[in-house]
Amino acid sequence: MQAFAFEPCELPPGADALRTEVRAFLDAEAADILVPARARSWVGFDAEFSRKLGDRGWLGMTWPEPWGQDRSALERYVVIEELLAAGAPVAAHWIAERQSGPLILRFGTDEQRAQLLPGIAAGETYFCIGMSEPDSGSDLASIRSKAEPAEVGGEKGWVVNGRKVWTTYAQHSHYMIALLRTGEAGENRHGGTTQFVIDLATPGVTVQPIRNMIGDEEFNEVTFDDVFVPAGMLVGEEGNGWRQVTAELSFERSGPDRFLSAFALLKALVHVAGENPSDMAAAAIGRLHAHLTTLRAMSLSVAAQLDAGAEPALEAAFVKDLGVMFEQSIPEIAHQVIGASPRIDHGDDFEQVLAYVQQACVSFSLRGGTTEIMRGVIARGLGLR
Amino acid sequence: MNEERIMIAETCERLFAAHLDAEVFRTAEAGRFPHGLWDAITENGLDRILVPEAQGGSGLGWEDAHVVLLAAGRHAAPVPLAEAIAAGGLLGQLPDGIVTLGTSGADPEMVRVPWGRDAGHMLVSDADDGLRCVSLDGAAITRDRNIGRDPRDGVVVEGLVTGNMGVDQVHAAGALVRSCQMAGAVSAVLDLCVTYTNERVQFGRPIGRFQAIQQQLAVMAGEAAAAGVAARAACRMVDAGGNIIAAAATAKIRTGEAAGKAANIAHQVHGAIGFTDEYRLHHLTRRLWAWRSEFGAESNWAGLLGRLVAARGADKLWPDLTDG
Ligand SMILES: Cc1cc2nc3c(=O)[nH]c(=O)nc-3n(C[C@H](O)[C@H](O)[C@H](O)COP(=O)(O)OP(=O)(O)OC[C@H]3O[C@@H](n4cnc5c(N)ncnc54)[C@H](O)[C@@H]3O)c2cc1C
Repeated sequence: MQAFAFEPCELPPGADALRTEVRAFLDAEAADILVPARARSWVGFDAEFSRKLGDRGWLGMTWPEPWGQDRSALERYVVIEELLAAGAPVAAHWIAERQSGPLILRFGTDEQRAQLLPGIAAGETYFCIGMSEPDSGSDLASIRSKAEPAEVGGEKGWVVNGRKVWTTYAQHSHYMIALLRTGEAGENRHGGTTQFVIDLATPGVTVQPIRNMIGDEEFNEVTFDDVFVPAGMLVGEEGNGWRQVTAELSFERSGPDRFLSAFALLKALVHVAGENPSDMAAAAIGRLHAHLTTLRAMSLSVAAQLDAGAEPALEAAFVKDLGVMFEQSIPEIAHQVIGASPRIDHGDDFEQVLAYVQQACVSFSLRGGTTEIMRGVIARGLGLR
Repeated sequence: MNEERIMIAETCERLFAAHLDAEVFRTAEAGRFPHGLWDAITENGLDRILVPEAQGGSGLGWEDAHVVLLAAGRHAAPVPLAEAIAAGGLLGQLPDGIVTLGTSGADPEMVRVPWGRDAGHMLVSDADDGLRCVSLDGAAITRDRNIGRDPRDGVVVEGLVTGNMGVDQVHAAGALVRSCQMAGAVSAVLDLCVTYTNERVQFGRPIGRFQAIQQQLAVMAGEAAAAGVAARAACRMVDAGGNIIAAAATAKIRTGEAAGKAANIAHQVHGAIGFTDEYRLHHLTRRLWAWRSEFGAESNWAGLLGRLVAARGADKLWPDLTDG
């Protein structure tokens, strides 16, 4: 029988009121963001906006007291889908709040929690993810950057050497959660890696932005040259890095960002198609709308499963794969139906949003696990060996 | 799923396992009505699942009925069960005998009717989208079949004027039950493919170990998952008092797309055995191709839904999606 399940999710009572609150906040704080900028949403970096969200208590809201407010993951879901649908600039806190905070909460020490979580919840402390290396992309288990036990000036800790690449917003981040080699990989190739919190202000760390094909500086190369990391900054268990990283990725793979990254373009498409669309435009919009509705239901179902403590890795992989295919189809359809040419410097909102999404969307099926890797995860989940 | 739905699913599995074998398919597809299977279905009241208890039904909702429809789809059941369920849901009662749904086609005089030759009544929408349950006594029948080889007859009833608006309640209910059947059939196709590719050995290993096969089946599984979610969500929406036309639109678009993709991939990974009469894959795939075009193809529903969305305007896109 079927290896996966998507039970329907009911939003908790109070979700409607919360949604109204977030919309009012966005009307007040994000009303004058221009449409082309809204297309960037979760790559839009705005520390001030993140701090305002922190003030409202909307960062880390699911974490237990004293770090958060013990709210349900579905309430958090409502907040972030509203932010993304509006195209609010959420990049500054995004990774810290979505991935690093929950990781520290789950596997970290009390000292780490006390030191790091309040800044994340305030929208002031930013994190980046150091997994990929020049020679290790999909084959993450092959990483070579290493941490070796050391004692420097009487303090016990680790010395880190190596290189991470494609590290999103390392240049603006305070910390990196780095996956590093601390031992032999062993038979199943998954052993011998450990996660560390690395303060990026430590001597020996060099962050070099890598301009992407859109012309933006978002990802970076981060070099570690005899960087000392105190013993207390090891996250979880030594050698348990693989398992911890896998748990972390379920959060990355199934959230509303998985189907809202190109929402600005869909909205622009509906706008240019007008109240009386051509048959072709109407059919295109109807089809995209049906996909969007279904994806949201699937993503919500995964959120509810995560909230209940399950590990829906297979279901999360479906959401990522289908979500990415959906998002990448939007510029294709916009191109076929409207036939406008994407424009960078001038042009109307639709042309500018199309220009951005057309270029950006090729990365959607790479980051967080490529399409081929996700489908491999699904095939294993189906029992194909 | 709750206890009751698990029980319904088990009843259906037992029933189809006992009453639907290769021989039943052979005779049904040759045009003889499968009375044994149909009697078992009606004795269990599956056709009246949406009819209120006071009218002799089970008084359950669409989300419960959807469990029956999934099973009917999984087994490619060659009987007018989906039609009866839809008719019962719309009418709140069922006359004796077989009841089917009429949907207007290119010729306004002739209604296209599943199992028209066997049915005693057909439910149609009139010009104002009111329901009319029409007796088929004396109706002129032109026998025809879809590629599922299930009866799809042309029916002419003297003096009958149907809605012919393209979309009416009956059409929408038909689309909704077909969506559920497709979701069920796609999941059965997936199961067949996983089993087959784990068993079939080429180049010294099960073909399911080849990455090219795995990637294709991963795509199919995603489609199966999406189809299941879309069909069930639409039924929940109707149960919650939502508009059946809007609900059916999303479900028919998404499950129809899944049906086409799944059928193609399934035949590719099966090789020649899947193209034989003996192997049962085609019972499912032929019906998937038929069902996706009945009661409105994806493109028809997408045009309708797209026009509804466009008329509301871009600024309502997100609020409607989350509030509705
Ligand atoms: C915009 C962007 C932001 C990113 N941000 C971060 C970040 O913040 N932190 C971080 O650590 N990483 C980040 N990444 C890196 C990302 O995780 C990697 O790009 C991804 O894991 C793929 O690795 P790769 O680019 O080396 O490609 P490769 O692994 O070299 O893959 C190239 C191609 O080969 C295919 N392939 C590889 N192995 C197999 C296989 N076994 N079977 C079939 N096909 C295979 C892939 O699917 C792909 O199509 C980011 C990437 C992008 C594009």
